[in-house]
Amino acid sequence: MRKMKKAIIFTLSAIMAISMLTGCGGGGEELSGTVSTDGSTSMEKVIGALGESFEGNNEGVTFTYNPTGSGSGITAVAEGRCDIGLASRSLKDEEKAEGLVETVLAYDGIAVIVNPENPVEDLTMEQIADIFTGKITNWKDVGGADGEIVLIGREAGSGTRDGFESITETEEACAYRQELTSTGDVITTVAGNPNAIGYASLASISDEVKALKVGGVSPSEETIKDATYAIQRPFVLVTKEGTDLSDVAQAFFDYITGPDANAIIVEAGVVPAN
Amino acid sequence: MKSKKQLIENIIHGVFLILGLITVACVLVITIYLLVAGIPAINKIGFMKFMFGTKWAPTASEPAYGILPFILTSVYGTSGAIILGVPVGFFTSVYLAKFASPKMKKIVETAVSLLAGIPSVVYGLVGMIVLVPAVRKVFNLPDGASLFAAIIILAIMILPSIIKVSMTSLEAVPPEYEEGSFALGATPVETYFRVSVTAAKSGIVAAIVLGVGRAIGEAMAVIMVSGNVANMPSLFQSVRFLTTAVSSEMSYVSAGSLHQQALFSIALVLFFFIMLINACLNFFLKRDKTN
Repeated sequence: MRKMKKAIIFTLSAIMAISMLTGCGGGGEELSGTVSTDGSTSMEKVIGALGESFEGNNEGVTFTYNPTGSGSGITAVAEGRCDIGLASRSLKDEEKAEGLVETVLAYDGIAVIVNPENPVEDLTMEQIADIFTGKITNWKDVGGADGEIVLIGREAGSGTRDGFESITETEEACAYRQELTSTGDVITTVAGNPNAIGYASLASISDEVKALKVGGVSPSEETIKDATYAIQRPFVLVTKEGTDLSDVAQAFFDYITGPDANAIIVEAGVVPAN
Repeated sequence: MKSKKQLIENIIHGVFLILGLITVACVLVITIYLLVAGIPAINKIGFMKFMFGTKWAPTASEPAYGILPFILTSVYGTSGAIILGVPVGFFTSVYLAKFASPKMKKIVETAVSLLAGIPSVVYGLVGMIVLVPAVRKVFNLPDGASLFAAIIILAIMILPSIIKVSMTSLEAVPPEYEEGSFALGATPVETYFRVSVTAAKSGIVAAIVLGVGRAIGEAMAVIMVSGNVANMPSLFQSVRFLTTAVSSEMSYVSAGSLHQQALFSIALVLFFFIMLINACLNFFLKRDKTN
């Protein structure tokens, strides 16, 4: 019996020690603990690369990323469920009123994508807006083959949709044929339908689809950086005012907004803001 | 010694009781949570406006929260799946229970079990890559993602539950019934359809109700093939189901907003539908037992 008691006490104290370690994030000279991020699925590539390199530089640090979507990420910060929230849109006024603070990490270009079989290469902003609002319904009106345009969009609340619609000024007016719930689904669907047009963040575009030029400018790092490519949006880090980040989370925040991280951000296909 | 044994016995009883109560507690917590989270939005929007409104535009500057398109889509989609799936499932189960050779029966049964084990996301993926483009080409539509594609996927997904449950009830028909029928000179087809199926009626109805439950609760597969736009349902239009209405917007909605509460209200409506279906199922199963 006594042996058992000892074993139980030992296990309990071990569990407590572990939970203290992870809970308080260490606090010594050496960085250790967990940085948790939560939010935008569009930011997966860039935040994943940054987290990996931060983990590589600091042994004993665990980085977690929960791809839930911008809205969920913002909620998670507000409720204190993660250190840093990730949003692929600027904060709304009501969110700022809750004491949330945004820091722009990078700019992401939203590419307008069509099937590679589609002969159309270039559209103006007006043409894009007219297509998505249903004023232009046939590809032959914009220099393509005869065929009904199929609009592929994202669900209400998606950061990409919000970004695309606000930039092209088509909010509440888009007559989508399909509203899909992820960037990957949009690309797969556009790749499977020669008359489809959709949008997705430039970082996740693959060869299966063709990114159109907008007003003669093709989407690329350079054109997004010098703001000649018109359809772009911010990638935002969300923190809560008045709540200090843990040492390790603060170190991570400083690292990714500092100059050392720019090379990694560029490699992830987006344009650093700092 | 005896009291020690008694003590252990009592402890184990207690543990089992707690384990049993966990299930009850889960159901209670979910029900209460859904009611608490779902009712405020219905009150705020207005019951009639919410249930019978035809426009869903939660992020618009003048938001509209009408879920009639979702309710009708779920009802039409489920009915379509039943119309396509029940004949196939029913005849398959009669064949397996009564006509098939043991070897054939084993092969088909294994296939049905495998069909039941395929995750719904795989149905969705195959639907998205194979079925949707096929529907587009066959019917010469601009786009194939539609209620029709969702119905086909759902019809396939409900097959295993229909086949398995009806088969079990057909096999449970006492052999004397069939032997009596044969003795009177009836052919096997007459016997199986007039005697066995009649005797197994409640079990087969239960199987169909189970299929309805499976179809109305499915989200992952239909979200990938139905196009997911909140249109009033039409066979070759992009549509959104009750389940997908909740899941597609939940991840992006801001907490505490009316939009989020309205999604909980949709979940509550869905929950109510499923409770109704479960009540039907219980009714048929009980009737089966008392007979």
